[in-house]
Amino acid sequence: MEFLLAITIGVMVAAAVYLMLARNVLRFIFGLILISNAANLAIFTAGRLTPGAPPLIKEGAYAPAEGVANALPQALVLTAIVIGFGLFAFALVLVYRAYTTLGTLYSDEMDAAEPKGPAQ
Amino acid sequence: MNSLILRVASRYLAAILLVFSIYMLFRGHNEPGGGFIGGLIGATGFILYAVACGTREARATLRVDPQSLAMSGLAASLLSAFASALFRDAPFTGQWLFLGATEGSKGIPVSTVILFDIGVYLVVLGAILMLVFAMEEEI
Amino acid sequence: MSWLLALPILIPFLTAICAFFLRRTGWCRWASVIGSGVLLAVSLLLFATVLREGVVAAQMGGWPAPFGITLVADGLSAVMVVITAITALAVAVYASAEISERQVFLGYHALFQVLIAGVCGAFLTGDLFNLYVWFEVMLIASFGLLVLGGKKSQIDAGIRYVMMNLVSTVFFLTGVGFLYGMTGTLNMADLSLAVQQLENQSLLTVVAVMFMVAFGVKAALFPLFFWLPAAYHTPSFSVSAVFAGLLTKVGVYALMRAFTLIFVEDVAYTHQILLWVACLTMLTGVLGAAAQSDFRKILSFHIVSQIGYMILGLALYTPLALAGSVFYLVHHIIVKGNLFLISGVARRITGSTELSKMGGLYKSAPVLAFLFLIPAFSLAGFPPLSGFWAKFILIKAALEIEMWWAAGVALFVGLLTIYSMTKIWAQAFWEPHPEEIEPSLKSLSNFAQVALLLPIAGLALLTVVIGLNPEPFMDFATSAAGQLLDPSDYVQAVLGVTQGGTR
Repeated sequence: MEFLLAITIGVMVAAAVYLMLARNVLRFIFGLILISNAANLAIFTAGRLTPGAPPLIKEGAYAPAEGVANALPQALVLTAIVIGFGLFAFALVLVYRAYTTLGTLYSDEMDAAEPKGPAQ
Repeated sequence: MNSLILRVASRYLAAILLVFSIYMLFRGHNEPGGGFIGGLIGATGFILYAVACGTREARATLRVDPQSLAMSGLAASLLSAFASALFRDAPFTGQWLFLGATEGSKGIPVSTVILFDIGVYLVVLGAILMLVFAMEEEI
Repeated sequence: MSWLLALPILIPFLTAICAFFLRRTGWCRWASVIGSGVLLAVSLLLFATVLREGVVAAQMGGWPAPFGITLVADGLSAVMVVITAITALAVAVYASAEISERQVFLGYHALFQVLIAGVCGAFLTGDLFNLYVWFEVMLIASFGLLVLGGKKSQIDAGIRYVMMNLVSTVFFLTGVGFLYGMTGTLNMADLSLAVQQLENQSLLTVVAVMFMVAFGVKAALFPLFFWLPAAYHTPSFSVSAVFAGLLTKVGVYALMRAFTLIFVEDVAYTHQILLWVACLTMLTGVLGAAAQSDFRKILSFHIVSQIGYMILGLALYTPLALAGSVFYLVHHIIVKGNLFLISGVARRITGSTELSKMGGLYKSAPVLAFLFLIPAFSLAGFPPLSGFWAKFILIKAALEIEMWWAAGVALFVGLLTIYSMTKIWAQAFWEPHPEEIEPSLKSLSNFAQVALLLPIAGLALLTVVIGLNPEPFMDFATSAAGQLLDPSDYVQAVLGVTQGGTR
């Protein structure tokens, strides 16, 4: 199972890097979303894939019974997804705004901040 | 999207989603659920309404603007952090009050933890609606 | 004790909420100023505690380390929080005169305070994943501040800045995942113990390089710095001052923390890379600045070159060199933030930041010219200002371990820095204005004069004080460096206490 997930992560990263090499900013964003999901999957895999009961502690007990799943990687992944969600939503709005104000989606045509030509 | 069926249905669906979101918020106390997922579900309700009837009407229905909602959520979460100062505990330590507790049952537990969760609910609801409304209005 | 550590994070959040709800009134900017003042007071208290008691730690929510979230303040963290608060106060005062009512209404002050909360959180946290969260808090606030106002150039700069930082985030997250997979913990103190027991040390080096890339983007190190000069000259001046002062320094802090506490098993390899990167960063930054002709762009490239000095100290990895890095960090934040604030005033009264369209400031605004000279000389490393001591310590540290070429690069870059500063001085201050106008501070309202010049004068005074009286600062930097090099105090403070700090 780890092997399968490792392959999946590899394929995702490869596809993401391919997308991110494009000059089109929208493709770049899609690549970024893909690679961040690959990162999340990597955390999940790094936390070991152990089949087990939900990590809930019985009333009155101080530790969970044997054979519970590791909850921490899931918590980490969830936090990362939430934060990533916010950031990518912002990035998407920004790209749309860039398209309407700058009139292009190609990064090499965006030169409002650093105009081309010799410095005055 | 000008569909009578969707507009009428979305009004009921939005209400059901909102109630369900609050159920999810409180259920998160001891079972799967919680402020984040509750806020997401609540946001879905308003987004559905906005898709069916337009963002202007959705904003009017929401009454407060989403930014204020998110900020008051942040305030509620901070309040839960400062509440533990009253009991000379470390920040964010949960403070519990068991209403009507008897020997056998714990009664209704009221805690700063749930206040924090309500804060999270409001932050998520506000932040998502802010983004979605902004996007809907731009496009 | 635990509250003292949490308050530098909670206060800016509280201020942000107040500023947001007051954003329609004139009270908003005062909320921001007062909040920053309170933050400064609390951070000084924290600093005094750290001086008295050494490393202090607290567990949030009473959950013991390494399971809960730990906040730790050692010498480096504490001084960074103090300097953050000083910058926040200076910029909040400055912003009260600079920021337009529309930007205030859009939430300038709230975003600014959230940014400060993120920066303080990053300095104080003792948990690697928590560091990631604070980075993101900081990042999202900085995104908002950067594009606030929505000018064309801001959107363009925003795209670059956002993309590059999101890539670094992915690297950071992947590194965190691998590190967790290898050690099973993310508490930094716990990690420093756990990595020693790893069998696969070469994998640790791979992860170390991942972190180096992630933090290197944030800190604007050599091959990864392109986003910085592309973005920092576009937002309002108070925003670029706080970015210039604090944001990249969080990356430097993270590098210093990670490469003294966690990744110290393969120093010969990782710190060798850092050494090369540091020298290249210094050179490219200063050469880039030499080619620019815009006040803020020159300053932006100088941030890059100065980051090189700080990383040089980390790369040399001797007590003196690390002390030099700490000293340099403090000096740099004060000076660089100040220079950006000055460029804002210069822009106000001459109408441009393009050097060829500026001029005459020395004749008509001698106060501003004088206030510019102090940080500019300090940046270039003239005695007796703070920059001289910072450079002096680093170069001395390099010579001590016979790194002649590193010392040579540092000296050469210092020379080129003087060249850039002279260029600004000659074109913006010395030469007459090309349009024959006489830019004068009198064109500003009385309130604007005070609010714009007071923070500049205060920061300049701080530079002079550090410069004339470097000894206590140097003693402190040495002790902070000692804590970095010998993390046993840090580990003891984090894992030794059981609940709620040492109440």
